[in-house]
Amino acid sequence: MLKMLRRFSQRILEKIFRRKRNFKIGFYGPPNAGKTSLANRICEDWTGENMGTVSNVPHETRKVQVKEEVKIKYKGKTLIFKFVDTPGIATKIDYEEFLKFGLKKSTAKKRAKEATQGIIEAIQWLDDMHAVVVVLDATQNPYSQVNITIMGNLVARKIPVLIVANKIDLGKAEVKKVSAAFPEYDVIGLSAKEGKNMDEFYESLFRLTKKV
Amino acid sequence: MKRKIKKGDRIKGLSLQVLSFSEVQSLSIAERVKKILNLILGNKIVILHGRLRPEEEARLIEDTMALVDHVKNFKGIELAVIEPNLRSANILVKMRHGIAKKLVGDNSSLTVIGPATIIKEIRRDPKKLELMLS
Repeated sequence: MLKMLRRFSQRILEKIFRRKRNFKIGFYGPPNAGKTSLANRICEDWTGENMGTVSNVPHETRKVQVKEEVKIKYKGKTLIFKFVDTPGIATKIDYEEFLKFGLKKSTAKKRAKEATQGIIEAIQWLDDMHAVVVVLDATQNPYSQVNITIMGNLVARKIPVLIVANKIDLGKAEVKKVSAAFPEYDVIGLSAKEGKNMDEFYESLFRLTKKV
Repeated sequence: MKRKIKKGDRIKGLSLQVLSFSEVQSLSIAERVKKILNLILGNKIVILHGRLRPEEEARLIEDTMALVDHVKNFKGIELAVIEPNLRSANILVKMRHGIAKKLVGDNSSLTVIGPATIIKEIRRDPKKLELMLS
């Protein structure tokens, strides 16, 4: 409640004094959708540095990662962003799933414990975002409850949203299915891994800041 | 809330617990989530008449994760909501639905929540819901 009040007053003050210097953009989504890959792609494009490690094993990002002051230039305009990469949100964590990827039992158990804490942390950060990029895996069914819960929470908090349908480099990707699942939102199909369609993404990102 | 779910427990049958909207309507977010999770820890599949608000769903995930950390062999939950598709409905139907929702709460939806040890996956698309058991 206090967080919500603080955020509300912050927004009012920012609107009055029009002093928003940088936009805090969160990357949210289910595990293994490519949030960190996209964050890395953006940071590499504009700062030459990575934001986090990526892996095929789910829940690679288990702590919120923040990248301050990322300057992005697009069509003669420059904006400064603060990017927040969050752990993938899930409703269940089973350490045995990690064993399938060759992890030792003790490592898998540790990873599961960290992942549960990461999910709690990601949800708690929601209130601090100016806007959110929801990253979905375009090869997966978009109608999962986790996706719907994330979207519902963003709408309830009046946080502007851009949906990314990632992994369009894979044959199974269906961007249209993602668009059909969330017809009220901008959906951009891209490949963070191969850097496909990033121009359209940056254009949408700039459009998103106008809604803040 | 600390209960042990025995590993290797065989499911002899499914236990469904129907929660009417009126049963949880007066509860706070924390109490509502606690009530649901208590039933889940008792290996029950909860069918809630209505749906949780987004902040309640978020709280349910947070509290579930805290339990995964503390309750042995508890792996989390599977959750799905079935609701009427109003996308193609006319404005009058949407308004009537909206007013009813404000007055008596959202009881046109059904929420299914079960322990991940029993429900492996809930496959959902706009028209159907399939519960895949472990």
